[in-house]
Amino acid sequence: MILTNIETVPGKKIVGHYGLVSGSTVRAKHAGKDIAAGFKNFFGGEIKGYTELMDESRREATQRMIELAKRMGANAIVNVRYATSAITAGAAEVYAYGTAVKVDSIQPKKQVENG
Amino acid sequence: MDNLIILIATLFICYMTGTIVEKRHYKKIKTRELILYKSPCISYGKSFLKDTKIKHSFLVSSSVVIGCDRFKSFLANLRNIFGGNVSSYESVLDRGRREAILRIREEAAEKNANAVINLKLETTMLGSSQDPQVCVTAYGTAVCYA
Repeated sequence: MILTNIETVPGKKIVGHYGLVSGSTVRAKHAGKDIAAGFKNFFGGEIKGYTELMDESRREATQRMIELAKRMGANAIVNVRYATSAITAGAAEVYAYGTAVKVDSIQPKKQVENG
Repeated sequence: MDNLIILIATLFICYMTGTIVEKRHYKKIKTRELILYKSPCISYGKSFLKDTKIKHSFLVSSSVVIGCDRFKSFLANLRNIFGGNVSSYESVLDRGRREAILRIREEAAEKNANAVINLKLETTMLGSSQDPQVCVTAYGTAVCYA
């Protein structure tokens, strides 16, 4: 599965559109990590536990989107976008969406010139 | 009186740790940006594709969550009364964005991509207004030249 966030897949040609695919997850960390995050928030700095949480949820949302696209028979998703929203303290939703398409590798230009 | 002393002491400790953490982070960001100067990261896609031949491409993404220390949120609360630039939060957001962009550029460089195009940035506030946390997500398409 090829993912891009531009409107085409470079070096390939889009031969079919399957429409919008999306995936979302809401994830939370266990209380221990929340307490550790509270400490970090006191003194400043990156909160590694929450960074991990966001990375995991992004991966999960992307995976769900990819599964949906696979079921449609697509082999690429173009124009992928992510949207994040904080539901409560310690839980976040990540929403991934894009357009499922079928791509074919472009015929080499030489053939066209020869023909 | 005791409460006031405790408050000032905690604010002072938070100020010290926050400043040290921030300085260290900026130092790291600057050195990493210098290392990566050869692999560009741009926020448009279409016109880049016109004049460059590309072998293959893939999505890169990363997120960073950065917490503000207590001193910063205290300053911001004060600023809220009088109005104006909340400069204590500006540096936090700046650090978050630069860190997120650096991470996707590093991920792209690791996978032997030459550039990252169509970069998108997104910022969300996590946490409460008492201790705000900034979550920055950066994503883009990494491309390898043919």
